[in-house]
Amino acid sequence: MANTATPQPAPRLIDPDAVVAHVEKARRQSKAATVILTAIAGAICVLLAAILVYIISAGASKAFDPAFLTSPPQQFKEGGGIGPELFNSFYLLVLTLVISIPLSLGAAIFLVEYAPDNWVTRAVKTAIEVLSSLPSIVVGLFGFLLFVLQMSWGFSIISGALALTMFNIPILLRVIQQALEAVPTDQRDAGLALGMTRWETTVHILLPCAMPAIITGVILSAGRVFGEAAALIYTAGQSAPALDFTSFDLTNPACPWNIWRPAETLAVHIWKINSEGVVPDLTAVSDGTAAVLVICILAFNLIARFAGRRLSKKLTAE
Amino acid sequence: MQQQSTEANKPTTAPGAAATPAATRPNDVSLIDRASVLEEADAISHYAAPVPSNAPAKMRTRNVNLYYGEFHALKHVNLNIPEHEVTALIGPSGCGKSTFLRCLNRMNDLIEGCRVEGEVTLDGIDVYRDLDPALLRCRVGMVFQHPNPFPMSVYDNVAYGPRAHGITKRADLDDIVEQSLRDAAVWDELKDRLDANGLGLSGGQAQRLCIARALAIAPDVLLMDEATSALDPISTNKVEELVGALKDRYTIVLVTHNMLQATRVAQKTAFFLMGEMVEAGPTMQIFEDPQDTRTKDYVSGRFG
Repeated sequence: MANTATPQPAPRLIDPDAVVAHVEKARRQSKAATVILTAIAGAICVLLAAILVYIISAGASKAFDPAFLTSPPQQFKEGGGIGPELFNSFYLLVLTLVISIPLSLGAAIFLVEYAPDNWVTRAVKTAIEVLSSLPSIVVGLFGFLLFVLQMSWGFSIISGALALTMFNIPILLRVIQQALEAVPTDQRDAGLALGMTRWETTVHILLPCAMPAIITGVILSAGRVFGEAAALIYTAGQSAPALDFTSFDLTNPACPWNIWRPAETLAVHIWKINSEGVVPDLTAVSDGTAAVLVICILAFNLIARFAGRRLSKKLTAE
Repeated sequence: MQQQSTEANKPTTAPGAAATPAATRPNDVSLIDRASVLEEADAISHYAAPVPSNAPAKMRTRNVNLYYGEFHALKHVNLNIPEHEVTALIGPSGCGKSTFLRCLNRMNDLIEGCRVEGEVTLDGIDVYRDLDPALLRCRVGMVFQHPNPFPMSVYDNVAYGPRAHGITKRADLDDIVEQSLRDAAVWDELKDRLDANGLGLSGGQAQRLCIARALAIAPDVLLMDEATSALDPISTNKVEELVGALKDRYTIVLVTHNMLQATRVAQKTAFFLMGEMVEAGPTMQIFEDPQDTRTKDYVSGRFG
């Protein structure tokens, strides 16, 4: 097999000059793409920052005024506040999360860990995706028909919380589902190989691993629920009875914890005073409410990032 | 038909005829006529040769067939796993050796569309019919290809299994953690870092932590699925030494791509090819005097 012939120089298939030219062209394209993409990202950031600065600066005088944050709204005079609306927003949010987190957690665990991979499961997953993009006004009107009229619960916190739950569950479910699916299979295998049952593995290994993503998802969805208006207009109602925080009589409409009373939230308040408000300082109240709403949602987002990062740092030791 | 094939296969104890019985066998072996399947398996199990040393078989598989949906991944595998020995499973990628390993502790159960036929026994107990999978995995532990410590402290990683199985006393757990880490030859390196997160360890330490975690629930059998393939040579060497030391107390089955590793640590070697267990026997015999030409081609590096 020894080759005694002098080795022929291999024919040149690639022209080195063409390679250089190509590399230079590619470098120019890469530079242009970087500039264009940076410009687009910058424009978006500027736009967002402008909106935020505008909303907050327009409402700053009201939003940082303790009297505005605590006093009840006025029907005809100026100087009304958003005390009940602020409380209602948080109360509705908490109730919604209390109902929707366990449901979506259970459903997500079932879908990821237990459901067989067949057409029913796939149909359910598709249905959830469709539901998560359902317009909230549709959810609101459905809640109006079902909870307000059919169940005759009237415009009430419970009707609103259930409508928000319907609105929130698909989003939360998807977030938790993705968080669980993102846990590496070898963690699951490791648990099972230690003689754990599937349930033990889920509770002790998968959920802790997925927890940072789940917490982030829950807080982000909380931001969406907090700012939701359309789903609440026809369910939790557009009136905010004055609240008496000394009352613990759950049948009293002034009792803040009464779930059968109507409860206007911040977002609904903005919508209402702009569409049918007659107070003279309408613009100021509206701007102030918007600023409070935006600041709250911003806070949710920051907390979500902080909590998620903190938790995952603790879990991964990095 | 079955009668006929049994008849036809009986004299084929010569390894050269290995391919034919599998090809002529009916494919739709169901679990129902188990007795006849096992009888047949014995008839064609020309490789289930007596274990060379006098070690009794800790685990035994008879006529194991495994399907992923339509794909026939394991074909009529008969293998005895001798107690207190290291058995190596070798073969090219995709030959079914890892699949076979995962049959032994039923880790394939979770794979959608996976179906196992035949019999796998542990101390004579049929693990697919008479043993709960969680109980089986308590007795047959597993170490994976990539170190996969839990995202918790070194201590908790090892204590995790015992805790889940009901040991809660701190002193008992301390003993188990120390003993397991010592057995896994990683105690000296980690004894001052028991609170460190398991994910922060180096690959070799993490893998030995995973071995300690598996040992902590005191299994009889330890399965290692290419447990050194993601490790550097020094860590690999440590794990190999460990395997040699552990075999006196455990029965070890390991899958390896590294044929030299098989010769270094295993007393028995089984060669898999395309879902078939081609040949099994004492490691030296497999590497120096293989009976089957396919084994000879593989161990001499002609393919794979």
